[in-house]
Amino acid sequence: MSVSACNVEMFPDIARILRALYRLILDGSLLKHCVASLFRVTVGFYLAIVTAVPLGVLLGLYRTLYRIVNPVIQFLRPISPLAWAPFAILWFGIGDLPAIFIIFLACFFPLLIAAVDASANINPIYFQVGANLQLSRWSAFANIILPAIIPNVMLALRMTLGMAWVVVVAAEMIGMKSGLGFLIVDGRDALRLDRVAAAMLVIGLIGLVLDRIMQQLGELESLRWKNARK
Amino acid sequence: MPESKIHFDRVCLEYPKNGNKSGLRFARTPRPNGQSTLVLENIDLEIETGEFVSIIGHSGCGKSSLLKIVAGFVRPTGGSIWIDGRPVEGPRADHMFVFQEGALFPWLTILKNVSLALNSARDQADRIKMARQYLELVSLEAYEDYYPHMLSGGMRQRAELARALAARPDVLLVDEPFSGLDYLTRLQMREEILYLHMMLEKTTILFVTHDIDEALQLSDRVVIMSGPPGRLQSCRPICVAHPRQLSSSVLDEMRSDIYHQLGVHAAL
Repeated sequence: MSVSACNVEMFPDIARILRALYRLILDGSLLKHCVASLFRVTVGFYLAIVTAVPLGVLLGLYRTLYRIVNPVIQFLRPISPLAWAPFAILWFGIGDLPAIFIIFLACFFPLLIAAVDASANINPIYFQVGANLQLSRWSAFANIILPAIIPNVMLALRMTLGMAWVVVVAAEMIGMKSGLGFLIVDGRDALRLDRVAAAMLVIGLIGLVLDRIMQQLGELESLRWKNARK
Repeated sequence: MPESKIHFDRVCLEYPKNGNKSGLRFARTPRPNGQSTLVLENIDLEIETGEFVSIIGHSGCGKSSLLKIVAGFVRPTGGSIWIDGRPVEGPRADHMFVFQEGALFPWLTILKNVSLALNSARDQADRIKMARQYLELVSLEAYEDYYPHMLSGGMRQRAELARALAARPDVLLVDEPFSGLDYLTRLQMREEILYLHMMLEKTTILFVTHDIDEALQLSDRVVIMSGPPGRLQSCRPICVAHPRQLSSSVLDEMRSDIYHQLGVHAAL
């Protein structure tokens, strides 16, 4: 009957979502899925930071190297990290690693480009002063390059973490058995839209908290000179 | 072997016509070819120890480039510069350049900016103590914890001088340091640099400016450049004791002469 079609809700009401959320909290599965997702994001994000930022600084400072490597970067960059999923599973098997790899890819290129840009745009006068004072390589890095790029890199970190959080859910929808993305797919398959909505709610809340944390990091001591200017 | 403090031996500089100036950062030697612009042509000059020499010329005559060659930031395409009988091969802490624009590190307090020049000092406490002494020299000791952007233009320029002096240079290369300052501050800075030069009598100062009064007030010798391409037009020793009265007849005559040489007649 046509009436029954109308009974299919376009969106579950808030009370049902909260009830689903409550049950997910009670049986411990929500915590488990959150931890799984956060773990993947953290590892992928950190791997991207420790590789993309040093490489970006190197490319930003040595233009010849940049000219050689840049076409490769620009070729790989537009390929959606999710397109790598089949290969990720093939290479790394089932488990956390494929998702971590996809998050790593999603974070790597934006961070790399931010680091290249930040270090290529350091005012050349600062390097002349450094050369004039005969600063050692290490001292020039610690006193000129690092503090000069930190503000831009911090901004990129904040934006990239948000992106990593978007990607982890998508990655977990492809062949994962845990995580908030899996929770959504699982809810969909069981036709439990209240659980899907509950997972979305949690994803949004965690995203908000992550952004707040990154914002706090922006007020670190090493950025005081920049903040004081505002 | 040249005996003077700084010896310029037929210094030439050419830029490739479509070359970008940012290449200066790596002190690359521009390749001379048919398509190049001559910036400096056969500069010969001797500067004695402790001398205060001003270089005056129209903008674009290559005086800043000349100073950058002395500092070792730019390699000449012809000729060479010798300091203390050694050819200049790159930037050194004993030939300090004082920049035109703000070159203090904005992420360091001025105390830390100055202490960076003291990297030969043994320990951190020593460095800080010595850096304070240099800030006292330019009367900025009360502002040691300030970041550069919190200071006025004149104070920044003084902090920059303090940092340059902290490296204990025997040659100070000053590139229009006061051009961004207001008139009263410029007058104060003249006194400041004169005082510093008297304190550090062995320090040779090469001072690029386009302010003729500044040159007349400060220097032992004025070098007038013409160009482009930059050439030495003439040298004028100023044998007047400090403090100088700019309105005195000797300096007045000299001023008219310099204006005349520079081809400026409106000011007369």
